[in-house]
Amino acid sequence: MRDIAVVAYHQSDCLASAGASNEVELIMPVLRQVFDQVGLHNAQDVDFVCSGSCDYLQGAAFAFVAGVDALGAVPPIRESHVEMDAAWALYESILKIRMGHADSALIYGFAKSSPGELPIVLSQQLDPYYLAPLWVDTVSLAALQARLMLDKGAITEADMAAVVARSRRNALGNPRAQLAGEVSVEELLAEETYVSPLRRHDCCPVSDGAAAMIIATVEQAERWGKPYARITGIDHRIESHNLGLRDLCDSVSTRRAAAAAGVADGAVDVAELYAPFSHQEIILSRALALGESTAINPSGGVLAGNLMMASGLSRVGEVFRRIVEGEAGRGVAHATSGPCLQHNLVAVLEAA
Amino acid sequence: MSPADPLTQDFELGFTYTRSTGPVVGRFLTGLRERRIEGVRASDGRVIVPPMEYDPDTAAALEDFVEVGQEGELVSWCWVSEPRAAHPFERPFAWGMIRLDGADVPMVHCIAADSEQDLVTGARVRASWVDEPRGHISDIRCFELVEGGAS
Repeated sequence: MRDIAVVAYHQSDCLASAGASNEVELIMPVLRQVFDQVGLHNAQDVDFVCSGSCDYLQGAAFAFVAGVDALGAVPPIRESHVEMDAAWALYESILKIRMGHADSALIYGFAKSSPGELPIVLSQQLDPYYLAPLWVDTVSLAALQARLMLDKGAITEADMAAVVARSRRNALGNPRAQLAGEVSVEELLAEETYVSPLRRHDCCPVSDGAAAMIIATVEQAERWGKPYARITGIDHRIESHNLGLRDLCDSVSTRRAAAAAGVADGAVDVAELYAPFSHQEIILSRALALGESTAINPSGGVLAGNLMMASGLSRVGEVFRRIVEGEAGRGVAHATSGPCLQHNLVAVLEAA
Repeated sequence: MSPADPLTQDFELGFTYTRSTGPVVGRFLTGLRERRIEGVRASDGRVIVPPMEYDPDTAAALEDFVEVGQEGELVSWCWVSEPRAAHPFERPFAWGMIRLDGADVPMVHCIAADSEQDLVTGARVRASWVDEPRGHISDIRCFELVEGGAS
């Protein structure tokens, strides 16, 4: 099987509102950044392009097609799209390269979530007969999950606050973050609940922005002569859409994806987890069997800024960045989709 | 038309067709119209409410319908102190996971209560119906606490 290398990555700032900028204007700067990192001119210089976005966020069918304007698709390019986080666009691109249909790929994800009411927009992705008509929002569903864990004694509210405090502190070193600062567990616990038992800080913020990545075969990466990290394992699994059937205190799909991706085959220096809610980072850390020796979400993770449809790709990019900068030798990236961690992707990256 | 008149066109964002809900979802929704709550028995014997069309483990089509109770136990809940415009209540309320009597799998619905302090995991709740059910999940207006029913 052909080995895959991550060669370039860039993410925009996480903005509470991108103002009048449209999606193309969010995408183009991150594309320029990754082209420049490799020394490419434009999308004509890669074999395949795949993007991740969500038409519900733009409120129009086939809205993702407009994103292609950022590519300059003339002469024609080979292009695809997933109605998912761009981490899954990365997955499709890896398959494309492994099948021998491409040697390189550009991946990007983008969303402008601020104009709508994100938790309500996402409610329309739920079961269309039993849940969507109730307009049960994603924050509330996560709160039901947190209560199950608290009642069971699997976590405490202080555990959740500790996740937030670490995220805010780590985000001080991340210029792209939206929320950063020194805050104590005691200060966080003194805040009022929002959707009880969740406090506002237990929930990721709504952010606008984009992320992009370039991957290639290891041979192509060597020809480009740029530092790279290898993706040595990647897998994704999904659980039932019926929340009542799932063990919401665990992430069975993450465990399975981690086993298939080979997470346990070596030390994990760094892990970037897509946990939109504080308690979910604890679920994921346990499902991935991460210990004291792993730096979890050194970027601050998505509690410090959540680019819908791009944050999963950014988790992979953050691990890549730390490997090529020599901070880590081996790391795990995780992406999620759906309510209460329904669908999970796990990737393992290693130094070249 | 003067040059200053903007061109306007009414636009309704939605599906302009109707579709059948099928023998499983349709049966459940039809039951609601008669204030009846039905689940389906899965291959391992668990009763799933609302019913699923296919077995979660074997993927076999499910058709063993079971009527369940109108009361049940609160498995989990969250308190919405600031309801959103789309939410079913304008005043603070709760979302809950409710395991109805005779069911094994909890369902998600809304819960009316006066305050967060009135709710506790394990509390007994009962379905409250709208005056004119029409075969829709919101025919169950909400669940309400059963007086003295904390288990």
